[in-house]
Amino acid sequence: MKPKGWKEVAPGAVITEAGSALKFKTGSWRAFKPKWIEENCIQCMFCWIYCPDMAVKAKDGKRAEFDYDYCKGCGICALECPGKKGNKAIVMEEEGK
Amino acid sequence: MPKIVAVTGNEAVAEAFRQVNPDVCAAYPITPSTDLMQRFASFVNNGKVKTEMILVESEHSAMSACIGASAAGGRVITATSSQGLALMWEELFIASGTRLPIVLGLVNRALSAPLNIHGDHSDGMGARDCGWIQLWSENGQEAYDNTIQAFRIAEHMDIRLPAMTCMDGFIISHSIERMEYLDDEAVKNFAGEFRTLNPLLDIEHPVSYGPLILPDYYMEFRRAHAEVMSKVSKVVLSVAKDFEKISGRKYGLFETYRLEDAEIAFVILNSAAGTSKDVIDEFRNKGIKAGLLKPRLYRPFPYEEVGEALKHLKAVCVLDRADAFGASYGPLYIDIAASLYPYKERPLLINKIYGLGGRDYLPEHAELVLNELAETAKTGKVKTFKEYIGVRE
Repeated sequence: MKPKGWKEVAPGAVITEAGSALKFKTGSWRAFKPKWIEENCIQCMFCWIYCPDMAVKAKDGKRAEFDYDYCKGCGICALECPGKKGNKAIVMEEEGK
Repeated sequence: MPKIVAVTGNEAVAEAFRQVNPDVCAAYPITPSTDLMQRFASFVNNGKVKTEMILVESEHSAMSACIGASAAGGRVITATSSQGLALMWEELFIASGTRLPIVLGLVNRALSAPLNIHGDHSDGMGARDCGWIQLWSENGQEAYDNTIQAFRIAEHMDIRLPAMTCMDGFIISHSIERMEYLDDEAVKNFAGEFRTLNPLLDIEHPVSYGPLILPDYYMEFRRAHAEVMSKVSKVVLSVAKDFEKISGRKYGLFETYRLEDAEIAFVILNSAAGTSKDVIDEFRNKGIKAGLLKPRLYRPFPYEEVGEALKHLKAVCVLDRADAFGASYGPLYIDIAASLYPYKERPLLINKIYGLGGRDYLPEHAELVLNELAETAKTGKVKTFKEYIGVRE
């Protein structure tokens, strides 16, 4: 899509279109990447609730893979993850390693 | 029928606010604007307006609440001075960048330190490039008239920008003058119904305010803001024309006084222009062709029109009631210099800093400067480009 010129931008940067955050992919901001370890997942869905963006996907009421297009690598999901028997189901790994 | 009254500048602006009857007002008291808001708060308390008054804990919060209320879809006002405006600084940019037509009554006062409560222009000048419209007022009548017109200018669908009206603290805000109030009905009709644009409270049409705009788009938004600013002077003139119809008082982008055939002139803002005009009359009586230009629309600054009005002069002194502390010329001087720069033939231009922290500007100060200008015009030589007047050595 061709970027808009200054004559086309909305007055006051007000967004009138619902759900337009879908078009704003922020995955490239990430320095740390969350990794889902399925065998340690108890399906509590805390990560889905706590994710400030929409990087945790759910399918049929169950935890699905991360959508890295929207993950800034904040690490909240990994922090909140209770895991199973002391083993985290989400761990943060350095990008590019 | 207009009513002739004897009131202070603060009273007059509070009256204008009462007559417009805005939806929301968020304010925090600060001298010398306290008395303006106190009077308006009385109108709220006594049921004279339907305005929702939001009392907040600081001017930072006051402007934040104004922004919220304006984005929600209300007609919003506030008033402040000095440190209050300084504390609003980051919100001033948010209000203008978000294109919210808030009207702010600024009662000009010096900035600390040293702490001073009296009139000078350092507060308004500090906020001159924050994307707001600024209308400056010589006296209570102009402050009243500018306040009423500010709503129409700010809320114009081609503009939608916040506007502040400026008047000198104490000298105007607390001095009683003879002036004319318009009928409530006339002001109400003039201001008209508030028209909303993308109001947050329209839940049928949800919108988001304040998104993150990164380097890929930020400059486009700023360029668009500049374009809107370029349309302001036309709207100011058309609103002034309508205002003349109901008031009989004429307003332009600036006022000229005996300027057309003048050889020397002052450029000066607000109350000190009145004193200067008297002294100019005395010089005219002596056969010296002196004149004056008093900016009214200071932001956006009408560079071309001001340049055209001043280019024929031999020598001009710009008097600034705000300083750049020796690091530069006064802010008004810089704008006048920029207005005149495109002309090959242009007047010699000097700058005097006067009246800081409410220091009196006296007729003898104006006389000294006019004598210097007459000498500069004759010899073609500038003694000093920037100088302080009315200061003890």
